[in-house]
Order: sequence, then structure tokens, then C-alpha cells
Amino acid sequence: MVTTTPPAIKNRSRRAKSAARPGDRIFSGLSKGSGITLLVIMAAIAAFLTYRTVLAVSKDSTNFFTTFEWNPAGDPPVFGIAVLAFGTVVSSVIAMAIAVPVAIGIALFISHYAPRKLAKPLAYVVDLLAAVPSIIYGLWGAIFLVPYLDGLNQWLDQYLGWTYIFDKSADGVARNLFTVGILLAIMILPIITNVTREVFLQAPKMHEEAALALGATRWEVVRMAVLPFGRSGIISASMLGLGRALGETMAVAVVLSPSFVLSGHLLDPGGGTFAQNIAAKFNEANEFGRDALIASGLVLFVITLLVNGAARWIIARRKEYSGANA
Amino acid sequence: MHPTTRHAPPSTRRTPGPEHGGFWKEHPKVKLSRNNGLRASAIGALVVSGALVLSACGSDDNNEPTKSGGKQTSAAASNIKCDGAKGQLLAAGSSAQENAMDLWVKNFQAACEGVEVNYQGIGSGGGITKFNQGQVAFAGSDSALKDEEVAESKKICKGGTGVNLPMVGGPIAIGYKLEGVDNLVLDASTIAKIFDTKITKWNDPAIAKLNPGAKLPDSTIQAFHRSDESGTTQNLGKYLSTAAAADWKYDPKTKSWPAPGGQAANGSSGVAQAVKGAEGSIGYFELSHATANKISTVSVNTGASAPVAATSENASKAIAAAKVKGTGNDVALSLDYATKAEGAYPLVLVTYEIACDKGNKAETLPTLKAFLNYAISEEGQKVLTSADYAPMPAEIAAKVRAIVPTLS
Repeated sequence: MVTTTPPAIKNRSRRAKSAARPGDRIFSGLSKGSGITLLVIMAAIAAFLTYRTVLAVSKDSTNFFTTFEWNPAGDPPVFGIAVLAFGTVVSSVIAMAIAVPVAIGIALFISHYAPRKLAKPLAYVVDLLAAVPSIIYGLWGAIFLVPYLDGLNQWLDQYLGWTYIFDKSADGVARNLFTVGILLAIMILPIITNVTREVFLQAPKMHEEAALALGATRWEVVRMAVLPFGRSGIISASMLGLGRALGETMAVAVVLSPSFVLSGHLLDPGGGTFAQNIAAKFNEANEFGRDALIASGLVLFVITLLVNGAARWIIARRKEYSGANA
Repeated sequence: MHPTTRHAPPSTRRTPGPEHGGFWKEHPKVKLSRNNGLRASAIGALVVSGALVLSACGSDDNNEPTKSGGKQTSAAASNIKCDGAKGQLLAAGSSAQENAMDLWVKNFQAACEGVEVNYQGIGSGGGITKFNQGQVAFAGSDSALKDEEVAESKKICKGGTGVNLPMVGGPIAIGYKLEGVDNLVLDASTIAKIFDTKITKWNDPAIAKLNPGAKLPDSTIQAFHRSDESGTTQNLGKYLSTAAAADWKYDPKTKSWPAPGGQAANGSSGVAQAVKGAEGSIGYFELSHATANKISTVSVNTGASAPVAATSENASKAIAAAKVKGTGNDVALSLDYATKAEGAYPLVLVTYEIACDKGNKAETLPTLKAFLNYAISEEGQKVLTSADYAPMPAEIAAKVRAIVPTLS
């Protein structure tokens, strides 16, 4: 029997394509459009920042990266971000050092240790903490935290003063980068906790039960089955928190005593961060002053991009575990 | 042998079938897990609403010190002429006159229906910048417009220029927090050295000489200054370079803090808050901020027979000696900071409201004129004394009252 060759395969695939319903096309169009819009917005922001930065930095009479002053209205204009970069990085590192271990602890407690009745309200309360506006944190920090941290600062100076960073060389109330770091830690704690908790809840139950069947204690189960699975999730949660800490404006502006002095003594009042400097100087800056502030904003943008890129690279190395790489 | 098969008798089921309600009828107390989540949210909602309700059970006395002039509102409101004022009036500038502005805005809005006046205390520098960009109808500034600011204002005031209209005066209090010392006396030279971090301890001999009998501790002085650009800073600088020229060598015209050292805070209220919280601190802000935060203030030794306390009457005596240095519609004043008159407190500032003499925006012009008329009127100036500000002396007030109706 002669079998006719089936109508050319092309026809079948063409028919398969045209069988896509209008709903498919609309949805794929919307998704593509959203993705493209986001890229366009990012590119527009980057272009704006770069253009204004070039206008400003080209007229800076000193090196933008190593100068300690900020006087764009002077004659000649002198401004530089050395102090701001140091303050931003230091306060964020302190915040991360305090917040990440505590957040992992809370997340583990909620997902694996707490009784069901306690876990849900606790998760709810941590969510509430994320909803507090940052200016409220700033006012709380300035009115409540700063006087109480005086005692801690003196203790640190007395017992840990041999380390350079805890040596309090200038007398003053606790309006310093260390206090800012602690305040930022409290602010980024809920974000890191929430994402990490969700990641830990996704840990495969089979692995945990297998570990239990092998006779592991609860901590060993966590160490063997949950933490390795959640490692990239912890990193991406920390990057979210770090992003907020780097860009935090009003809380830092209210709590810190700003000055353009680069000092390794973290307990001395003084220093500044990018966002705080922009908030403080934006109002009275003239056109050129604004461009100088935008230039500092671009540096912050680049730092955040680099940090996020590094995090993505670390996550990509653990591709098989992570749902965060999607 | 045939295998015995067990057949379950059809009628003896262990659980009722679906037609009888099934599993749930047998086990009525079993709850679905999603109800527990609902219960947690209900508890959470109860906590939040409870917190909101209980926080409303607060005292209404929170604003007592600054709003003590509020008792006069009902009498004053009836004399305010609204004159076609409507809509929203935006203003920004000096934080020193914030509390005075709050009172004026409250009275004006109570008298005139449908009017909203919005004043932001972002600092004199910020206010002038916003005014020159056309974002606000008038700016509040503790110092008169500089020449380059006047030139920029000409761009925004079509056919006119920005003019300084003084309406609020007040003492700049030097507030301090020192346990056991109630009446600290300082003179211009010691104030200059303290803020220049040349005097660093409270029991320094220069301070002890002015305060015989006071128990001054051996602690470090924490001097707070403004981190933003401020007319209050500029007035302090002008005072110190006039009255203590040997000790204060910085440019008196600068609005940003010139001296190294010390700590900074944002706005007059920020400095007041910082001084209130830190033992052994000293800072400068308008008197109303000191009263609102219950901060002790320094009495200044001017060389007169007795040290002069920071009160609005003593400030009025110092402002009375001011001379008008502006021409035409501009009423910029030149203050005598080195005054040795009896009972005159020399550290004063005068806040100007800066508007265009011609070329104001048409939609906000009636509201602007009505508000400024009220501010410089006798009722408006009376409101100032109750809030620890100093009203304008009679001739200066009369001059401004003649100019406001001519704004166009």
C-alpha cells in the first residue's frame, strides 16, 4: 500500500503555531513588554545619572574619589566622596554582621523549632516590623537609642579600646557610625528574616526525614538538610537587606552627627553616608551642587550593582539548589 | 475446602457515608488548618486596632508650650481680613520662625475658609533656593538676600525683584544641659571659644570666672551646631565676629557652619533635641525651641550691669536699635550686635519674609497679601510675644505694613 507522505511537517508546525490562542499572544506580549519597560527605565536612570555626573565631576578641581570635603558652591568647587563611601560601607557591614546571624536564627526558629501556635504570630510580628516607616526608626533611634547606647559605647571603649575601631578618641554622645549600624541592622532584620524563613520552609522534607531516620538530632538535621539547601536563599535575602542598608536615608540623617572627617574610630561622632549627604544638602544646593550630589548617587548605584552582581555569581555556583536563580 | 472469603456486610460501615455528613459528622471537633491562620490574623488585627484605640487615649496637652498663644485665636480671628484669599499657599525657609509660622497659619486658616498655608522649615538657604525656582510663594530667611540671590530673584519676579520684609524677631538662645548648673553666664568671647572648640571642658577658668559659685563639672563640652544651611548659624556668626572679633575669625556671611569639631544635627529642632538628650551639651537655636523642649538657656554678659537672659522683651530692646539698610521696597535691617544697652539681649535674629515686589504669581497673590497683612498686623505681632518671639519695633512694622498692600 502506498502511503502518502504526511503533509509536509512544516504544515503541522505552522498549524501548531497558529493554534496559539489570542490569550497566549497577549500574555507573552505583556510579559515581554514589562521586561523591556524595566530595562528601559533602568537605562534611563543610568543615563540621567551619568550625564549629570559628567557635568559635575568634570568641573571638580580635586580628585572626586579621594577628597574629604564637600563644597561644590565654593570657588573653585571642591568635593569628594571618600568620607561618604567609607561611612556607607562601614555602617552597612556593621548592619549585616549583626542582622544576618540573628535573622537566620529567627527564621530557623520559626520554620523548625517553634510550636505551630507560636510560629505564626511570631512571623506576623516580624512582618509588622518591616512595615514601620524608616523616619520612625530614625526618630526612635535619635530619641531612645542614642542615650542608651552611651553606656555601651563607654563599655566598648573601656574593654575593647585596644582595637582601633572601638577606641573612642573624641568625646561625644553616641551619634556615630556604630549606632547607625545597629539601627540599620534592626531595619533590615525583617526583610532578611522573611525571605530566609520562606526558603527554609521549602527545604525538602524527604531530606529532613532521611536525616532523622539516620538518627540525627534536630540541629544536625538543620545543619545537613536545611542550611545547605538554603545557602543561596540566605545570600539573596542578605543582598536584599544590604540594598536597603546602603540606601537608607532619613534614619541615618536623624541619628548621625555628620561631619567630613574620615576616622577609623567608629565610636566617634562624625562621618556621613551617600544617602544622608544627599538628603541634607539637596534643599539648599544650587544647580551645580545638585549635579555633585547626583554624582555621589551614581557611585552608590554602582556599588549596589557590584554587590548584587557578586551575590548573583555566588548563587549561580549553587544553581541546582536554588529557586532564587529563576 | 473452599476458601473463606470475608465479605464486609454492606450495611456496617465504620464511618457514615457522604449522605450522612461523612467524616465531619463523625468528627465534629476536627478543624481545618486554614482556620488557625485565620485565627492568628484575627488576633493580630485585634492587637493592632487595640494599639490604635489606646494610643488615642493620650493627653491633649502635648503642644502646650508652643501653642500658649492659642487662647488668643478666637479674639484675633475676627480681625483677620481674608480679602479673596483662597486655595493653597506654599512657603518654605527658616526653621527659627517655624513655631511663629505655625501659630499664624493656624489663626489664618481658622479665619479664612478654604485657605491652606503650607510652610516648610527647611532652612533659610533651602527656602531662598525654592523661592528663586518659583516653587514657593514666599520664603522665610534669617538673613537678607545676597546680591547674587537678588539677581536670580529678578528672573522669577517678572518686572520686579525679591524684597526682604522683616516680620519676626527673636533671641537666639544658647541652650545647654548641665546637671546642677541652673543659671549659666557666658560672654561673647567664651561663646566663640566654646563653639570653636578652644574651650573644651566645663570647668575651664574662663567659664568659672563668669560663674562664681557654680559647681562646674570636669566633663567635656559637647557643642552642637547645624548640619544644614541656616540663617540662625549666620546670625550667630555675625554676632560673634562683631562682639568677639578676636576669637571668631570665620566668614560671618556663611550659612553653613564654618568651625571644625563639634557635632551636628539637622534643623533647629534637631539641635534642640540633641542638646536635650546629651548631658554636658550646648547648642544654639531660637528661643521658642528652648522653651518647647524645656532647655535651660545662657544669660549673656554684654558688659552691662547684669547678665541679660534670653527673653523676647530683652530681644525687642536689641532689635529696637536696628537700622533699615534696604532701599525702596526692601526693608533689610542692620542689627547692632555689640549693644551694651541695659537689659538688651544682643544675640538676636530677624526673619524676613521674602516675596516679589512685582511679578508674584497671580493665583496666589491675594492669599499671599492677606497672609502677610495678617502677620505684620498688630494682632499678628501680638501672637509672637506669647510664643517667645519678639515683635517688630513700631517704625519698622509701620514701614512693612505700608509695603505689603503694594505687592503685585
